[in-house]
Amino acid sequence: MELFKHLPLFPESASTVAGKVDAIYFFGIFLSAFFSLLIAVLVVAFAVKFRRRHPDAYGVPEKTSTPLELTWSIIPLLISLFLFGWGVKVFIEVNQAPSNAIEYTAVGKQWMWKFKHPEGNREINDLHVPMGTPIRMKMTSEDVIHSFFIPAFRIKRDVLPGRYSEVWFEATKPGVYHLFCAEFCGAEHSRMIGSVHVMEPAAYEAWLQGKEPGQTAVASGEELFKSLACITCHRGDAGSRGPILANLDGGEVELANGQVVKSDDAYLRESILNPRAKIVKGYEPLMPSYQGQVTEEQILSLIRYLKEINQKVADAGDATPAAETQTAANEG
Amino acid sequence: MSEATSTGYPEENYLTQGSTLKSWLLTTDHKRIGVLYLLTISVFFLLGGLFAAGIRLELATPQGDLVQPETYNRMFTMHGILMIFFFLIPSIPATLGNFLIPLQIGAKDVAFPRLNLASWYIFVIGGCFTLWALVSGGVDTGWTFYTPFSTLFSNSHVLPAALGVFITGFSSILTGLNFIVTIHRMRAPGLTWFKLPLFIWSHYATSLIQVLGTPVVAITIVLVAFERVFHLGIFDPSVGGDPVLFQHLFWFYSHPAVYIMILPGMGVISEVVATFSRKRIFGYKFMAFAVLAIAVLGFFVWGHHMFVSTQSVYAGTVFSVLTMLVAIPSAVKVFNWTATMYNGAVSWDTPMLYAIGFIGLFTIGGLTGVMLGTMGIDIHVHDTYFVVAHFHYVMVGGAIMAFLAGIHYWWPKIAGKTYPVFWSKLAALIVFIGFNLTFFPQFLLGYMGMPRRYHAYPEEFQVLNVLSSAGATVLGVGYLLPVIYLTYSFFFGARCAQNPWGAVGLEWETTSPPPTLNFDEIPTVTGEVYDYSPKKEAQVV
Repeated sequence: MELFKHLPLFPESASTVAGKVDAIYFFGIFLSAFFSLLIAVLVVAFAVKFRRRHPDAYGVPEKTSTPLELTWSIIPLLISLFLFGWGVKVFIEVNQAPSNAIEYTAVGKQWMWKFKHPEGNREINDLHVPMGTPIRMKMTSEDVIHSFFIPAFRIKRDVLPGRYSEVWFEATKPGVYHLFCAEFCGAEHSRMIGSVHVMEPAAYEAWLQGKEPGQTAVASGEELFKSLACITCHRGDAGSRGPILANLDGGEVELANGQVVKSDDAYLRESILNPRAKIVKGYEPLMPSYQGQVTEEQILSLIRYLKEINQKVADAGDATPAAETQTAANEG
Repeated sequence: MSEATSTGYPEENYLTQGSTLKSWLLTTDHKRIGVLYLLTISVFFLLGGLFAAGIRLELATPQGDLVQPETYNRMFTMHGILMIFFFLIPSIPATLGNFLIPLQIGAKDVAFPRLNLASWYIFVIGGCFTLWALVSGGVDTGWTFYTPFSTLFSNSHVLPAALGVFITGFSSILTGLNFIVTIHRMRAPGLTWFKLPLFIWSHYATSLIQVLGTPVVAITIVLVAFERVFHLGIFDPSVGGDPVLFQHLFWFYSHPAVYIMILPGMGVISEVVATFSRKRIFGYKFMAFAVLAIAVLGFFVWGHHMFVSTQSVYAGTVFSVLTMLVAIPSAVKVFNWTATMYNGAVSWDTPMLYAIGFIGLFTIGGLTGVMLGTMGIDIHVHDTYFVVAHFHYVMVGGAIMAFLAGIHYWWPKIAGKTYPVFWSKLAALIVFIGFNLTFFPQFLLGYMGMPRRYHAYPEEFQVLNVLSSAGATVLGVGYLLPVIYLTYSFFFGARCAQNPWGAVGLEWETTSPPPTLNFDEIPTVTGEVYDYSPKKEAQVV
């Protein structure tokens, strides 16, 4: 296996999961090569050994052998079920982000990738990341379906309009790697490519220092919360026209129809763009839709901010969302 | 292939019943309709091949320097649409199936001869719509028409192309229906189900898929058209639609469609291997049930195209395990063909060379399919050239090799003529070499990470792409040769004997070419299927 990795015909392995994908790939290749060669050798050998030596020659008729048929059904079945089980295990490992993963965001559009670092830095088509840190990429698309593919990391995930998908990686080797869009997305599909720059942690820190830091997602979310006048109704006191915004990062929300839903990205996104789809218990369907008034990046910031808010109904009279000062301090 | 003796050749046969254009365009003879299909799909194949040539020429260099990206996208889209909907799906069933099913079951024609002709007209009309899309500027969505690109963003001629696919689907449905009824109702006396050649079994299984699956893609295309024209929110997320829903609907047909393309090929290979090994197919019943198993299981694996589409892990797991199951009957078939050759009397005639090529290439195509059905591998190679290589091994290395095997096997039956042995064997060799040179490097490119549908690519991928383009040139020569010598043979070839290969099967018990009504007297079947034995030969002589 090591031998193959040094051939120029093999991609760089630069993430914690690359080795796992490679291992099962090599097993698959071994199986394919073994059975293909077996069949090829047998077919050619039989064609030679049993070649027709006389124009009127006939084959020797044989009875079907059920044990033989079962043997060559069951052995491939067991092998492929083994491959299946291993494949599921690897797939889950490649997809399940560790809990300490840092969230970055990516917005795909025809034909570029727009990234935002947790520190607030923005990049287009280039992505700088520190080595040895698990990174969770939250992704959405402004238009058609794209697919986020970094061959050196062996990861790929479709990026959909109107929905969030996630992919994670932990880079293990400094270098510059290809980022491809793998789902055909229109005229310049093959130019929707970028570079992932994996840096030593210290070098990454230095790179960040050298850049003008942008607003963090929470800070720009908070600003939007005010400028879009969300705060007018979501004041956080007992008399507010909008629901109290608390415990929105995975918490449960009881709806007017008695249903209880989980507050996740999809719920928060829907509540901004199509607020009447789910009405919180005890509130009127008053909120207007923000469809077309906010960009995908702004929605991502708003959601990030909403998850930080922890309004308390007891704080009636104090219109300031409680969490903001504290989080702003943390992020800064 | 032995040539005809002066007395054996039928001066009256289906080809001599009128030579006017009208006699062909208004025929209800399944054999003539088969020939009409053969001509039509050959035109589509050549067109699709021209687009493939354009693709390989562009990819010889990393820069997108030959054509504009918009043009490149139209080339691979038209290549896919023409090859899949207008060549591969009708290739074996509509030509060889049409020609041979009534002959092999001892019938005078298919159950609905006029419907059969109507199917051809519908196919041609569908083709015209797609060609209209082509000449008016082409379509750039890929043959998969993924939403919301195809419904909201593409500025190309999606509607006429989709309409062409929609219309031609009805041709496929009606052909399937015709075959099902024919096989059920029109078998000769004594021809019970387990005396049917595997060619019939595989067409029966294929017809089931055509009848059950094709309506779904038709509905899906209508939904795409509605969204494109009336902006209904079916797939458009901004008005509550779901873009991934399209993929479910599309692959619900389009994965079984893969089996529409390959099952008839498996039927051809079973006939060829038996005839040229002069031996009954090993494990006949397992072979018959295997094609049915593939047809049924093939309906439940569509989600393996969507492992990274945000489909849930649980759904992915189910689709992955079902994909493993559908691979087993394919493996059984490969083992049984191989076992049939064991202790056979194997000739190296041209059809057998193609069949041997098929077994090798289909095995690679199938095994790499198992790899792709493995979720942990697919996550990296999905939408890369690994997938492109895999399905070309199945579709080109499998289906087209089988098509060529079948054409070369039954050519004496269809045309009543011989073809040059040397040139036909050379062509088989050239096709085999050209095919592997074209598509093997693409497996490597895929694992290196080259995405499919790329007009320009990073430089490190160039060497393998040049190899692939060079292989495509060789493959092109390999495909042109049969077109030339078979055309020559049809008009100027020497007359062949009634049964030049010494094959058994009802189609060989009538003259070559057969009379319009196939048999002077409907045969009664008493013997077993693939009854190759010297005794039988003695009786005939």
